[in-house]
Amino acid sequence: MNRTRANSALFWGSLLACYLLQLMPLPQALLPLKPYWLALALVYWALESPERVGLGLAFVLGLFGDVVAGELLGEQALRLCILCFILLRFRSRLRFFPMWQQALAVFALLLNDRIVLLMVRACAGEAPPPPSFWLAPLAGMLAWPWLFLLLDDLRARLRVRES
Amino acid sequence: MTRNDSAPLFAESTLSTLRLIGYLAAAIALMVIDHRGAYLARIRWGMSVAIEPMYRIAALPSQLVHKAGLALADHEKLTEDNAELSRQLLLAEASLNRFRAVREQNQRLQELLDVQHSLGLGVQLAKIINVDTDPFRHRIVLNVGANQGVSVGQAVIDAHGIMGQVIEALPNTASVLLITDPIHAIPVTVERTGLRAIARGSGALDTLELPNIPVSGDVKVGDKLITSGLGGIFPAGFPVGEIRSISNDASGMFAAAMATPNAALDRSDDVLLLHVLPDPVGPPQAAPESGPPATLSGDAIQPPPAKTKP
Repeated sequence: MNRTRANSALFWGSLLACYLLQLMPLPQALLPLKPYWLALALVYWALESPERVGLGLAFVLGLFGDVVAGELLGEQALRLCILCFILLRFRSRLRFFPMWQQALAVFALLLNDRIVLLMVRACAGEAPPPPSFWLAPLAGMLAWPWLFLLLDDLRARLRVRES
Repeated sequence: MTRNDSAPLFAESTLSTLRLIGYLAAAIALMVIDHRGAYLARIRWGMSVAIEPMYRIAALPSQLVHKAGLALADHEKLTEDNAELSRQLLLAEASLNRFRAVREQNQRLQELLDVQHSLGLGVQLAKIINVDTDPFRHRIVLNVGANQGVSVGQAVIDAHGIMGQVIEALPNTASVLLITDPIHAIPVTVERTGLRAIARGSGALDTLELPNIPVSGDVKVGDKLITSGLGGIFPAGFPVGEIRSISNDASGMFAAAMATPNAALDRSDDVLLLHVLPDPVGPPQAAPESGPPATLSGDAIQPPPAKTKP
């Protein structure tokens, strides 16, 4: 009982931290490198505790992200839904990949996410983004192992404290 | 989670695909509705209780870094800064004195002419909250909002020139679209010749684009651009930028110029919100009738002459 509560505190806490990281300012040169933190956290939780993560959650998280960012309502909801769907499809395989293969898979997911975003923005009639638009998935791939290890470590600590 | 063997695998995947399609349709419907009607602004207004603290928390780390940088700045640099600042202060003092003299003279002339309303340059100081909602859009968030009297459409300037305009006013914060955002365009005139043009944002913080200048137009590198006051958003006469380069566009029918914005878009910390509204769109109003000065035509004095006239 207590353990599940600590676990869900970690779950929601990590998501909230991702929203804040998403808003966090960076030096101008680093801005295009900001990974899509929310997607990374969602990937982690979908891999490690799929009973919490579903399309509905992805949709709601995306909507909240849209409200916070003040962009088009539904944009992130669409992106996260697609990401979550692909992820849950291949979850059983992704889970047992070694870290570098997992990072590559995350890269592919984030790249796909960028393409979806590009399509949405093109439909909304916006100008094509600069080339640096494509750097964020790369940064996401590099950030993935660290995020994974950090969250895994936090969860392991919770488990040790319980037992 | 534990899939038992009797459950049909295919049906489950079909179900999840259907669910995906449902959610995607919902998201697309939301986007279309929002794109047409901009309901997001209203939802953001309702949720501002949750959003605004998040902005402030997200800005905290960079503030801390900034403060730490100040605390650790070495002595030499501080001395240098100090010398530079006192020099600038001296210059500012001098020009301020001149300005004061001019203002007094102006005031006297104004009183003589009895034009009371055109002088008041109502401004409001605001600070930038350092959050970044999307690196590919040039938007900033200010620490004042509708409760402080900010409204959508107000022009935002810094000490050097026009920065942008308010596009959203939440209760205690406001979003500003910078002039370099790709979707922003600002009507300008070339100060030297009076040539009118539109300066569009380029997506790079140091560049404005002026496409479609007539080839015969008189524009030179180094020309200063000021707001023209057309379009009804920005008041006339504020510096916008300086022409950096001129080239022919692909069709050869027009010249296209690049300009550098005057405002320190990536550095400003404090900005000013203009309360002066620009001239309304459309033909100018008829010239006011000449008559007694406004001080004489106040409520107390107005009625008697009105009665005596007929």
